[in-house]
Parts: sequence; structure tokens; C-alpha cells
Amino acid sequence: MGVIEETFAGHEVARASLDNCVKCTICETVCPVAKANPLFTGPKYNGPQAERFRDGASVDHSLQWCDFCGICTLNCPQGVKIAELNEQAATRMKEQNGFPLRDRIIPETNLEGMFLSPVAPVANWALGLRPLRVVIEKVIKIHRDAPMPTAHTETLAKWLKHRTKTDIKPTKGPVVFFQGCAGGYFETETSKKSIEVLEHLGYEVFVPKQSCCGLAKQSNGLFKGATKDILNLCDNLLKFGNELPVVSSSGSCIGMVKHEAHEVIGVDDPRLANVSVRSRDFCEFLMEEYRAGRLDASEFKEIDLTVPYHQPCQVKSQGMGFPAVQLMELIPGVKVIESNEPCCGIAGTYGLKAERYDTAQKIGKGVFEHMQNYNEGVGVCDTETCRWQIAKSSGVKIVHPVWLLHHALGLSDNLLK
Amino acid sequence: MRTMDADVVVIGGGATGAGVVRDVAMRGFSAVLLDKADLGQGTTGRYHGLLHSGGRYVVSDPESATECAEENEIVTRIHADAVEKTGGLFVVTPDDPMEFSDQWTEGATKSKVPWTEISTAEALRREPRLNPGIKRAFAVHDGTVDGWQMVWGAAHSAEDHGAKVLTYTAVTEIIREGDQVTAVIAHDLKNDEQVTITTRFVINTAGPWAGRIADLVGCHDVEVVPGRGIMIAMNHRLVNTVVNRCIYPADGDILVPVHTVSIIGTTDVKADDPQRLAIPRNEVQQMFDSGEALIPGFREARAVHAWAGARPLFKDKRVAATDTRHMSRGMSILDHGTRDGVQGIVSIIGGKLTTYRLMAKNVVDVMCDQLGESRPCTTADEAVPGSADGHTYVITHRLRENEKARATHLEVKPKATDVAVAAKAGRTPSHAAIDDQIICECELMSRKMLTDLLAEQPDATLDDLRRQLRLGMGPCQGGFCSMRATGVALEDGGIDIERATGLLRLFLKNRWIGLWPILYGEQVRQTALDDWIFQGTFDVEHLPVPESEVEL
Repeated sequence: MGVIEETFAGHEVARASLDNCVKCTICETVCPVAKANPLFTGPKYNGPQAERFRDGASVDHSLQWCDFCGICTLNCPQGVKIAELNEQAATRMKEQNGFPLRDRIIPETNLEGMFLSPVAPVANWALGLRPLRVVIEKVIKIHRDAPMPTAHTETLAKWLKHRTKTDIKPTKGPVVFFQGCAGGYFETETSKKSIEVLEHLGYEVFVPKQSCCGLAKQSNGLFKGATKDILNLCDNLLKFGNELPVVSSSGSCIGMVKHEAHEVIGVDDPRLANVSVRSRDFCEFLMEEYRAGRLDASEFKEIDLTVPYHQPCQVKSQGMGFPAVQLMELIPGVKVIESNEPCCGIAGTYGLKAERYDTAQKIGKGVFEHMQNYNEGVGVCDTETCRWQIAKSSGVKIVHPVWLLHHALGLSDNLLK
Repeated sequence: MRTMDADVVVIGGGATGAGVVRDVAMRGFSAVLLDKADLGQGTTGRYHGLLHSGGRYVVSDPESATECAEENEIVTRIHADAVEKTGGLFVVTPDDPMEFSDQWTEGATKSKVPWTEISTAEALRREPRLNPGIKRAFAVHDGTVDGWQMVWGAAHSAEDHGAKVLTYTAVTEIIREGDQVTAVIAHDLKNDEQVTITTRFVINTAGPWAGRIADLVGCHDVEVVPGRGIMIAMNHRLVNTVVNRCIYPADGDILVPVHTVSIIGTTDVKADDPQRLAIPRNEVQQMFDSGEALIPGFREARAVHAWAGARPLFKDKRVAATDTRHMSRGMSILDHGTRDGVQGIVSIIGGKLTTYRLMAKNVVDVMCDQLGESRPCTTADEAVPGSADGHTYVITHRLRENEKARATHLEVKPKATDVAVAAKAGRTPSHAAIDDQIICECELMSRKMLTDLLAEQPDATLDDLRRQLRLGMGPCQGGFCSMRATGVALEDGGIDIERATGLLRLFLKNRWIGLWPILYGEQVRQTALDDWIFQGTFDVEHLPVPESEVEL
């Protein structure tokens, strides 16, 4: 009698999907981890195959290498929930064998933001100190070279309180903006630009007081905490009714709301069901508006720029094509070159961990090279941790697609600030 | 021509025969076991894998129930590596009458079958896919047993006690001098050689073929009715405990988790020839309907293979020959001395896999009486080779081995010789292979498992290997592993190309028998892909035709 069955409702669905597997091995050929580290047995082995051998106590080990990028599920032509099976089994393995302290600390993204922001200059300086990073690596096993976010004294909440209110009258419907933890504390510029772009285009933007979506907890196997977080977030977003579009420039967090909480953890709650179906990635939302004739692209001024772009695995897994590419290419003069790479290696928090750092760097090598080869001073990527990883490892400045839009709409003079 | 000499010749290498040869060998007799095919290829290998708690028989056959309860405990002990202690449930589904469950509890208590009533909520907690409408549930000590593993365990134990086991050796004649059996003549099919074994006693354990063996020695009219039953393996374990319908024993009332699959069974229809058993379409549908009653959505789950087995039931004139389920389930021991005036041979027919050891004991007791020897049975006291540590099988077994090998890989230092060679060449020594190459991915069968067994049984067919290693028994049904296994056999197993082709074709042919009846849903996609691989990549239908097709 497996404990998984009792803990995660989502497991029944994922397990049933293993019947679809015809052993074609496509998932193994696209798996970025299996290519980078031979100790990982691969998605087919760990997923639909190993699942048939699981009941009771976990005997898994090699799953510790899976970065849950979801490329396997995305590519499976038969509809097997491979990544979901792997993440569920890995969680079971960790629940049985114990979580390292680090894996409990890293996912507390909201707390980290709250503590670091008030002392941002000191925190940023300290996290740049080699000796301190060596100590951190020794003590809690976060790699000394892993990318760290930049804290800001002015959080998004502070900016919202003190900014001069826009005088543009809303001409289109209201939207709810979901910023995500990183968008509230570290990647505040991206959040600000997103809000300003939406307002400029005529939307009324509500920014509710909000909390963590639980994604980092989920990917670290802390399913109970993640469930609590996602439902708490739904409650916050539901304060603005149950019909408005929820738009986010945090590409991975919105994926948690859209499908991961339900499909990986098995959260089956009407609040999540309601919020998830009206959640949109920022670029996805604007492309839907464009196709519906509600976005006038003639307003975009020309930017003569070729940008390398990487669509993160967690955005790919939302199965919505490449809205960021299409949106950026609505700007006259912009040419986007997609990386055609599965994953940059960070996969949320995977690439931070000392023992996985080398694997993560190997996974992301193609992305880093892509940025280096094609950039004209800037590269583009939709999610925060991926931007930090790619910027750190490639040396190229990486921004969210909204930065280009903001500039094209004349809201900023400098594309890179 | 070879000649041998043995106190006892046992004919038929199913569970009963393996039990008998082990029993006689442990009592100190020299013995030979003969089978015209592989061990456990007949009835023993073609069942649902249930190790009875006795619960099934508490109303219909209380004596069998008690025997099952006792033997279950013994088999679990002496064949630990073949038995999984899954536990079992008896559930009253919404379609079943409640009255029977009262008879059942009364019967279970009387026949000393351990049981406890559990709440339906608890039953659903243990098995979340169970029909949520169940009205009552009882927990029993059902387990599952790998019939092949058990038979090979008994055979190896017999060999350790001096017995000889000859597979693919068909009995052609039984020689009598006057009314006394004196020798058995058999044909070694693989080497095309005659084998003569002089002996003083023959035990006929040929199951559905027992009548034919008895005929050879002039004991006629031993009528064994093959009761055909079909079973279907579902792709994964829909349940992790044995689930029985709490009704008077009927068709399709058991769902058994064995290894990686769950097996629904079974039907019971009189067959004419145990060698050719049909898997009729209507019975397949009947099994799926029965599955639905236990597990809603059963029809949407994937079936991977179907097969039919023949229960050997000795015809009892009191019941009609078409109603095989209600013939005597207990074993029948035929003493051909009093029945036919032939000394030195007894036949044993019928019985259950769970009670195979007890049946062997009983028939060998009869033999000892006739021979005037007093040698007590010791088969319950000693575990078979591989089971001495008492660890029962668990489903995670093969996964655990592989995962452990990987997790500890970096701790294993490269061999000193490799280090020296590498140093000479000026490179860093490479680690040993991370783990043994997996040949059958579905069932996690490694290359070493295959080559080791091939070294032991060089003339084995892929099906012989399959029964011992589970090669090709998973969802892809040999689609990805049979050609790998053939290649490995060619590289390491010392066979030539012609035989390799023959082995592959025979294996595919046999897999197809169990695939045709269940071609629906997901298994169609798999079968189509497999077929493309074999027709498109290997052009398996147009490979050079060997002089004689491999059949053994």
C-alpha cells in the first residue's frame, strides 16, 4: 500500500497515464539531464517504467538528479505524465529519506525578500563576497558560483504606494496583476514595466496584496507547504472577483497556478480551478488581445535589434507556443532568435545546489552559448531565476520581453534600464 | 542412446511434479523428473498467481480452505523468494447479495482461515481504485506466488538432494515386466536422443496429460477433463492486494497483483485438448465486465496479455462433465495396482498450486506404503535454494537493485589493473559501467541475468528464459527487448545466426497468441509500433528461412 496514493490525489491521474507509454524513448532523447549526467537514469526509466515497480517504501535514488523541467511530458506523443510521475516519486523519496535543511530554506522566497530588501545594499554586497559564499556552500550547500538575485530597497509594494498615479483613463477592462515573489522583491523593474505597459495600453491594473505561489516548495518536494501557499494565493487573487484575467510576468509562477499545482501535487480545489483557467502569462495575454483586435501594434516604435531568446522549460510546459517571440516581433525592427534548447539548468532552484551545480551548467551550456553568439547587448527570457542563471553564466544582460515593449511604447528612453 | 537408473521417475514438470521429485529426493530416493517441455509450461505457469489464504473455499469446500490456510504459511516460508505477502480482501460489491458474506464469515471461522472484517472506508483507503459502492470487506492472508520461480526453486532443491531434472524430454514408453513397471523410455527432443531409465516406481504428475501417460502403461480410462480458464494481465498494478469478490466461487471474481501486473481471472470451460486452448472473445469481454465490478474504469485500463490454462480435473461421474468448476477440487490419487493391476505406478491428478507441497507429500506417502519404506516427509522443514534468508519477494526488488548500484557507483573505486593501464596510456581510469545494461526495460531484466541463465541453459528458447526472467512480459511484449535478447544470445550465448533468427520468430509468434484476443485501446498502439519495428526495420517475415524452424 503506497503512501503516495494517500498523500497526493494527482498521483492517481499520473499513474493511470503510464498505460499510454509505448516505450518509444522520445522522452529520453530530449531529456537535458540525462545528456548532462549519466547518473540520471532518464525520464522513461524513472517514470512509466519504474512506476510499475513502486509500492510501499521508496527505493529510488537516481531521481535526485531530475530537475523537473517537464520537457519529457511536453514531448511525449502519447500523453504520459512523465515529469509528474517523477516529481511525485522524488517527493516520496525525500519524505522517506529526509529533506536537507537547504531544501527547506531556499523555497522561503517571500521571507527572503522581506529580510533582504530593507538591507538591500548590504545584502547585495555580502552575497558578492567570495569568502562568504564559500562559507555558505560549506554550511548549507548552495554553490559558491550559483547566481544570486539582486535585492532592492524599493519593493514593488513600496513603489505602488509612492508612485505618481497614471492619468491615462482605462479604455479596456480591468486585469489583476500577479507579480510573484521575485517580481515583488528582486525583479521589481520587470513588474513595474509590466504594470506601466498594461496601463498604457488602456487596462485598469489591480495589484492585490499577494503571497508566494508555492512553486519552489513544490519543486523541492514540500507538497504540503506548497498546497497551503497556492490556495492562500488563490484567496488573495479572488478578492478581485472571479472573472478578471490574472496576468503575470513571472513566467514560472503563473505555470504553477495554471497547471502544476493541479497536475503535480494534485490540488483539487474550486478556488484553484477558478483562478487557473483565467491565468495568463504576460505575453500570452497580449497576444490573445492582439488576435482579438484589441491591441494596436502600430503604436510600437521601431527598435533595430536582433535578440536571442530562451523560452524557459516551465513556460514551455504551459503548452502555449511562443507568445513572447510573436509579441516581440510585432515591434518593427525586432528579430528574435529562439534558443531551441530545453532548459538553462537552474530549473527554479536546482542549479543553486552545490552537488548539482556542474550538471546544471552542462544542461544550460547551449542556452549560454546561444545568448553569447547572437546578442547585440541584450538577451531575453521570461522567468526570473532563468535570467539570473543565464546572465551569470553567459555574461549577457538578460531581460523580460516586457522591457522591449516598454521601450517600444516610448515609456523608457533606455531599453536596458 | 543414454541409460540412467533411478528409484523413482516423476513424469510431468509442473508444480506437482517438481514437488514430488523434491519430496522423494529429500526422503533419500534417487529420482529423475521428466517433462516434454519446459518446467511450469503447462497449467502451473498459466494461472493467476494467487497464493490462496483459503478464503475462496470457506463455503464451497471447507476442507480445501483449511489446507490452503496451512500450506500458504508453509509455501511462504520455503519459497520466500517466489512469494509476495500482498494480503487479500474479500469485498461485497453493489451487485452481490449480502447474505453470502454471513455464510462466508461462519465458514472462515470454522475452517480456520484467518480473517478480520474491516470498514469499507479502510478497504478503500488500502485500495483507492476499488468500487466505492462496496458494502462489506474482509482482510485475509492471500498472497501471490510466481509459479515458475516456485517450480524452479523446488527443482533446484531436488537437484541439491541428488535428483536429475530433464526438460524437453518426452516420455514415449513405459516398460512393464509382468505387472511391474521397470523402466521409462523417453526422447530427448533437443538432442534427438533416446533415454532409458530403469526404475522401480513411476509417479505420474502430468496434469491434463495424465490420462495419456497412464495409457502408455495400459491403465486406460483415466479421464482427465481439462477445465480451460482464461486470464488477462493488466499493464500495471491496479491493486496492491489480492481482491476477491465475496460470492460463491464464480468466473472473473479475483484480481491478483503479481510482479508488475494485475491479473483478472478466470473462466472455467471444458476443453478437448490441453495442448490447444482457445481464448474466446466472449470470455475476454466477460473478464472486463467482472473487472469493472471490482474496479470502476477497468475497461479503460490497458491489458497487455491474455492466456489460457487447463485445470486437470479427474472426472467424477457424479457431476456433469461440462461443469468443471464443481468437480472435485481435491486431488485424486490413483493407485494403478488396485485399479488396473499394474504395480509401481501411481497417478496424482488435480489440486491447487497453493497445496502443491501437500499433494506431493500425500502421493509420496502412498508410494512409500507400497514400497514398504518408512521415510518421513521433510519438505516443510527446509527452504529451497534462494529462500533461506526468509525474505519474501517485494515488487520494488529489481528497481531497488538498479537504483542501489547507481547510488553507490561513485563509491566504487576503479580496478587496480584499470588504473595501471590508464596510467600507462596517460589518461584517467574510467569507472566500471554504472550498472548492468537493461535488456528488457519493462521488466528491468539486465544483460547479466540473461547471459548467466543462457550459460546455465544454452539450448533454452527465449520463452524458456522469459519464464524465469520475465523477458518480454511487460507492456511492450517483446517489442524492444526480444531483438536485444536475440543479439545478446548470438554474441555471448554461442548460438548461430540461423538459430538466432528462429528464436526471435518463435518468441514473436508465441507473444502474438496472447495479444490477438486483447487488441483494443493502448495495446493496439503498442502492437502497431512493435509490428512496424519488426516488419519495417527487421523485415522479420522475409529473413532467410532456416532448414528447420526452431520449435523447442
